[in-house]
Amino acid sequence: MDLENQKRVKEFAEEFGPENLVVLLGAAEGEGAGLAAETVTAGDPTFAGPLTGVQLGLTTYHVCEPEVKEEFDEAVYDEQVGMMEMVLDVDDIVSEMSAIRDEYCKYL
Amino acid sequence: MNSVIKGASYVLAHTPSMVLLNGTTQTTEKIVNPESEYLKEVPNHLRSYEECVNYWPNQVYIGNAHPDELAEVEFPYYDKVKEGAERYGKYGEIIPEEEFLLLVQAVDVFEVVKLDKDFVAAHKEAFAADPIITEDIVEKVEEGIELAEIEKLVNEEHAEPLCFAGKLVGCVKRAHDVDVNLSAHVMHENLMSKATNVLALLYGVRNAGIEKSDIEYVIDCAEEACGDMNQRGGGNFAKAAAEIAGLVNATGSDTRGFCAGPSHALVEAAALVASGAYKCVAVTAGGCTAKLGMNGKDHVKKGLPILEDCLGGFCVIIAENDGVNPEINLEILGRHTVGTGSAPQMVIGSLVADPLERNDMKITDIDKFSPEMQNPDITKPAGAGDVPLANYKMIGALAVKRGELDKKELASFPAKHGLTGWAPTQGHIPSGVPYIGFAREDILAGKIKNAMIIGKGSLFLGRMTNLFDGCSFVIQGNTGAQNNSGVSEEEVKGLIAKAMKDFAATLMAE
Repeated sequence: MDLENQKRVKEFAEEFGPENLVVLLGAAEGEGAGLAAETVTAGDPTFAGPLTGVQLGLTTYHVCEPEVKEEFDEAVYDEQVGMMEMVLDVDDIVSEMSAIRDEYCKYL
Repeated sequence: MNSVIKGASYVLAHTPSMVLLNGTTQTTEKIVNPESEYLKEVPNHLRSYEECVNYWPNQVYIGNAHPDELAEVEFPYYDKVKEGAERYGKYGEIIPEEEFLLLVQAVDVFEVVKLDKDFVAAHKEAFAADPIITEDIVEKVEEGIELAEIEKLVNEEHAEPLCFAGKLVGCVKRAHDVDVNLSAHVMHENLMSKATNVLALLYGVRNAGIEKSDIEYVIDCAEEACGDMNQRGGGNFAKAAAEIAGLVNATGSDTRGFCAGPSHALVEAAALVASGAYKCVAVTAGGCTAKLGMNGKDHVKKGLPILEDCLGGFCVIIAENDGVNPEINLEILGRHTVGTGSAPQMVIGSLVADPLERNDMKITDIDKFSPEMQNPDITKPAGAGDVPLANYKMIGALAVKRGELDKKELASFPAKHGLTGWAPTQGHIPSGVPYIGFAREDILAGKIKNAMIIGKGSLFLGRMTNLFDGCSFVIQGNTGAQNNSGVSEEEVKGLIAKAMKDFAATLMAE
C-alpha cells in the first residue's frame, strides 16, 4: 500500500478510533486486496511504510464482498461496480479477505 | 482532413546499475531499511545485457516480433529465450548500459556529466558504430576525466554516481549549489529521460522515412519536470531533445498528464497537423529512472530476475494526410472529464463506449484496443495481475452490459479484440502507445481495420486533485485510400462531362 495512504489510515485511526473505522478496498486481484488488508490489520508486510509493525486490526472489506454489496442502493451499485463485479474473481477476493479478517481483525 | 501516422519508434536502454542507485523502491529501502536482505539480494537478481535482449517482451517492444507471436509463448516469459533475438529491431534498439552512458554525456550541454577517461576510451568505438548515432553526436563525447576526480565529486560534491558492471565510471554533478530542482539527483533523472528521448526521436525520423528538417514541432509527454527554483516544471524537454537530434526546423513543448500524457499529446499533435498549424509533429518521450525495479521486492521474493531494468522511449510521427498511412480520427475522441467519476465502469464508459456511441459505433466495431500494455511478466508476480487482460475484461463486460456483446462471447473477447502486454512498466511508456507501430502496419496490411488507443492517468499521485484521467482516440485506415477504391476523381470528371454533353445534346435537339 502506498506510503502516504498508510499514513492517512494511521492518522484516521488515531483521530476517530480504530473501532470506528472501516477500510473499503477496490483492488482488482485477490492477492493485491489481501496485501492491502494485511497492511491495515497486521501491519505493512513490506516493512516500508508508517504501518510497519503497527497492528491496527481495522475492519476491512472489498467492495465486491456480499456484506458490503447489501449496504448499497442496488441501482448505484450496478452503475458503479456492476461491470467490475462481472470481471473480478470475487470468490478469490472473498477468500483472501476473510482469511485476513479472521486472523487479524480486532473489531468484528 | 485527418492527419496520419507516418511512423513510430520504440527504444530501450538497459540500465541495471541504475536499478539499485536510482529506482525509488531501492532508494526508499536504503532510507527506511538500510541493512535489509532485499538490498543485499538485488545485485544477484540483475540480468545481463544478453538476457535482457533475449527477453521476448523486449524483442516485441523494438519490433522484432508481433504481439500476436508473444501471445503464443508460454507464460511466464522471463525463463524463455527469444530465438534470433537482436539488439536492433525495425522500431529501434536495446542500447547497452555502457553505450547509453556515452549518449547521456553527449546530450548534456551543461557539463554536469563526467565520465572516466578509460571508460570512454573503451566504449567510444562501439558507441560510434551504432548506425543511428550520427557523427555530430559522437563528436559531443568528451575524452573524460580521471577516476579520482569522479570519486571526489561523488564523495564531496553530492554528485550522483554512474556505474557500469559494479564499478564507478562517471557521475552527474549538481547544476546549482542550493537549488534542489537542479540537484544531482534531478539532473540525473532528467538527463536519462532526455537521452532516451533523443534516441527515440532519431529512430522516429528514420522509421517515418522523412528528413530531420521536416519536423516542425515536438511534444514531449514523459513524466519528468525540468526547471529551477523559480519555475520547477518550466520545461522544455521537447526542444532540448530536438536540438540534440538535429531537428533544426522544430520548436516544441511538453505535455503532462501522468500515464495519460502520450494519448493527450497524440490528440494534440493530430489536431495541430489537421488544423494546418504544423505540417509534421513528433510526439516523443524518454524513460524514467525512478521506476527501475519498482516491483523488485516481489520479483526477488519469488526468485525472479528484476525485470524492470530498462528505460523506455518512444516516438510517433504525425503528418499531413498522404492518402496512404492510417489516420487519427479526431471525431472519435474519448475523454474522462471532471464530472465522469473514478469508478472503473465510469472510466471505461467515458473512454471507450461514449465516443463510439457518439459516432454510431459499437464496442465490437473496434478491431483492437490498446489500453495500458504492461508486460504481465512484471505485474503478475507483484500481485497487480495482468493489466491489459483486466482492461479487456472490463471493456468486454461493458459491451455485455450495453447489449453489444453476448455474455457467452465475453471469454473470447480479450483474445479477439486485445493484445498480450509487452511494454516495460515505465508509467507513460506502456500507456496505449506501444501498439501504434504495429497498428499502423496491421491496418496497412489489411489485418485490422481500426484500433483504439487508450491512455489513463492517476492524477491523484500529484496530490493536486483526487481525480483520475484518461483520453482515447481511434486509428483507422486512410479514408483517402478507401475513397480511391470507390469512385476516382477521373471517373467523377468523366461522369460530369458526360452529363454536360447529354444536356447540350438535348438543348441542340430543341
